[in-house]
Amino acid sequence: MASQVDALYIYLLVVAGIVTALVFIAVTVLAIKYRRVPGREAQPIEGSTSLEITWSIIPLFVMMTFFIWGAVIYFQERTPPADSTEVYVVAKQWMWKIEHMEGQREINELHVPTGQNIKLIMTSQDVIHSFFVPAFRIKQDVLPGRYTTFWFKATKPGHYHLFCAEYCGTQHSGMGGDIVVMEPQDYAQWMAGGTSAPLQDTGKQLFSALGCATCHRFDVQGRGPNLTGIYNKPVLLEDGRTVIADENYVRESILNPTAKIVNGFKPVMPAFQGIVSDEQLNALVAYVKSLSQPTTGTAVLQSQPATSPAEPQKMQVQ
Amino acid sequence: MASIGIPANQAPKLNYLNNGHSLKSWLLTTDHKRIALLYLISVTVFFFLGGFFAMLIRLELLTPQGDLMQADTYNKVFTMHGMIMVFFFLIPVVPAVLGNFLVPLMIGAKDLAFPRINLLSWYLYITGGMIFLHCMLTGGVDTGWTFYTPYSTAGTNTNIVEAGLAIFLAGFSSIFTGLNFIVTIHRMRAPGLTWDRLPLFIWANYATSLVMILGTPVIAITIVLVAVERLFHLGIFDPGLGGDPLLFQHLFWFYSHPAVYIMILPSMGVISELIACFARKRVFGYKFVALSSVAIAVFGFLVWAHHMFVAGISLYAAMIFSFLSFSVGVPSAVKVFNWTATLYKGSISYATPMLYAFGFIGLFTIGGLTGLMLATIGIDVHVTDTYFVVAHFHYVMVGGVLMGYLGGLHFWWPKMTGRMYPEAWAKLSALLVFVGFNLTFFPQFILGYVGMPRRYWQYPPEFQALNVLSTAGASILAVGYLLPMIYFVWSLRYGKIAEANPWSAAGLEWKTTSPPPTFNFDETPVVTWEAYNYDEIPPWERRAPVAR
Repeated sequence: MASQVDALYIYLLVVAGIVTALVFIAVTVLAIKYRRVPGREAQPIEGSTSLEITWSIIPLFVMMTFFIWGAVIYFQERTPPADSTEVYVVAKQWMWKIEHMEGQREINELHVPTGQNIKLIMTSQDVIHSFFVPAFRIKQDVLPGRYTTFWFKATKPGHYHLFCAEYCGTQHSGMGGDIVVMEPQDYAQWMAGGTSAPLQDTGKQLFSALGCATCHRFDVQGRGPNLTGIYNKPVLLEDGRTVIADENYVRESILNPTAKIVNGFKPVMPAFQGIVSDEQLNALVAYVKSLSQPTTGTAVLQSQPATSPAEPQKMQVQ
Repeated sequence: MASIGIPANQAPKLNYLNNGHSLKSWLLTTDHKRIALLYLISVTVFFFLGGFFAMLIRLELLTPQGDLMQADTYNKVFTMHGMIMVFFFLIPVVPAVLGNFLVPLMIGAKDLAFPRINLLSWYLYITGGMIFLHCMLTGGVDTGWTFYTPYSTAGTNTNIVEAGLAIFLAGFSSIFTGLNFIVTIHRMRAPGLTWDRLPLFIWANYATSLVMILGTPVIAITIVLVAVERLFHLGIFDPGLGGDPLLFQHLFWFYSHPAVYIMILPSMGVISELIACFARKRVFGYKFVALSSVAIAVFGFLVWAHHMFVAGISLYAAMIFSFLSFSVGVPSAVKVFNWTATLYKGSISYATPMLYAFGFIGLFTIGGLTGLMLATIGIDVHVTDTYFVVAHFHYVMVGGVLMGYLGGLHFWWPKMTGRMYPEAWAKLSALLVFVGFNLTFFPQFILGYVGMPRRYWQYPPEFQALNVLSTAGASILAVGYLLPMIYFVWSLRYGKIAEANPWSAAGLEWKTTSPPPTFNFDETPVVTWEAYNYDEIPPWERRAPVAR
């Protein structure tokens, strides 16, 4: 990605350089050639519509090449590949807390292997921060109350700067860290050094500890919808809208269940805003997502997305 | 043949400056020219205050460690620099000083349509300014000039509400100025002065005024909402209270992006006047230059979310705003090309105002092209919130707005004060400003691309060399700005007496005395000619020698 951004940047620099040079040369040459000389007077010239159109249309076309090329890169930057390894990031004043799916936690450091697509699922505990890795030519703001994502594939082992790029208070400039890119075998070794449980297992424990499992049952239809296989599927709401059950949706449905009531269910779930921390939320979200994987083996009552409001059983996270 | 102004009369003729000497005659004046001078003094004070904070920033960044001041102090310093420069200098500077002075003169009117509201504008501005100074002296604010929520509503314990009130009042001053200009330009043009005969400075101020009255209320509302959330914990922007932090950014930039055009458009108007006068020609493509101002004002309202490409807006929203952002590029490019074409077959002289105009074209071209880079989303994701953006908007705001303002101030100084400034010193300072400016801000483009984020009190050592260059440039720039301050004041007493029309310029403002009488014209002029009829005015070497 960095090389693509650099290639576009070089193109922009060349075009900008040419335009700047043309303007500078034109101004300098004209200013000298037509300097005031006694006896020579300025010649009145009104202007020229065809010239105006020419120098409007040509820049417009050049700008459209900027736009298209930039949009293509941006589209890639914002579309994580399906096979990405997920890592959760929680930002707070003034540190970065990293949680790997395998359970490893880090502060202000993110270890990743080369050659692997990494998708960061990020949220903030307080104000807006921004996850910025200049070496990857990419940044993404990290907001409280929702997830934003960021993906990259590191190619060269080494240490790279991580900066906070959105002003966040006193130690904004100290809110940095390192992206440690390792060869896959070194990474596997580093990863084996941890002892903590995988994130989705933590989520599973929370799921029963917080009593979620009483309503969101996997065998029969409970008071809450069966969560198996809902991740990234469309869900029909009671107001007729359909939303995709992505990370932000799952998160919102835990914190503020009444925001989006799913068709066919009653708003009986208590809000967990202020009860679960951002780390616990991440574990819960990771757990719900893990229910969509074919290996989960739980009894699947309903694995198809809700498509018709007439059906009594609806996918629902309430 | 258009009549040339009355030669300067050594006998003390009654003009707007000597018509009343008491403090009251100044503080309760409704004369747009006196109000312009009140603004001139006040924006100059704020400029040097903002400049002082700029120097503190540059000194702190001389070394990678945070050693000159504490992190909190630094955060307040760049916030004060930004807020003062944006709200109390850049937004009012050209409209409220040059616009106030020149709009009635250029259209042959006795004053603005609402002289008392004009005075009220200044009082709102100065009250806002005083409240801001009080806020600053009692601890300041540390949010950056952008007030991003939820930091501004829940994260900081500095005095946001007071700073907000100051900006709220200054905003109303700008709304009233805009209102006044629009009514004046519609209703009070001299007989014969049709829309297609208006000087381009008037067109630019008209377009600016539209932005002022349509955009500024939005920032006023936004500030009120921030205050309400801070004081009463109503959840508007803070997700902890059920609000949406991006809503703030949308509202803020809905005003603050057009505000960039409030700043730059009037300066573009100045440049059109300067180039026409010193090339002795009508501006090439007059109609296109005039309409491009309006186009910039209109398109300027459609591009705000390009400040938010990485903020968490949707993929497609980002693409649409990127596309629309390029639409502002076309009318801006049209202006630059037309100014350049105006030079063709002109009779160009290099007086100080023209040097500033050349400087403007150069710096604005770089500022505009880097703006196109920022509109290109793939690049913006990397360089937004870095020094690349800082460099870009300083090229437009300082390289553009300030070059236009200084060029205009030199050009109309004889009209405003009746005295000439010292040309040699002025040329030196124009050169220092140009060199110092580029040395200060060009390294920041590189700094941003290699990854230095903005608003950093300390930074990794590999960024130091470029920061040292930038600080060195800033010290040259400071001298460049202090010089005019000194020689302008000096010229009030010792400058050569100016004629009515020392540049032999077209435009109604030059057809009255320097300085003009209180009601501008002894007789209401009747306009029978197009703007910039330089082919009907003899070059100034054929007239009495220019005062030096």
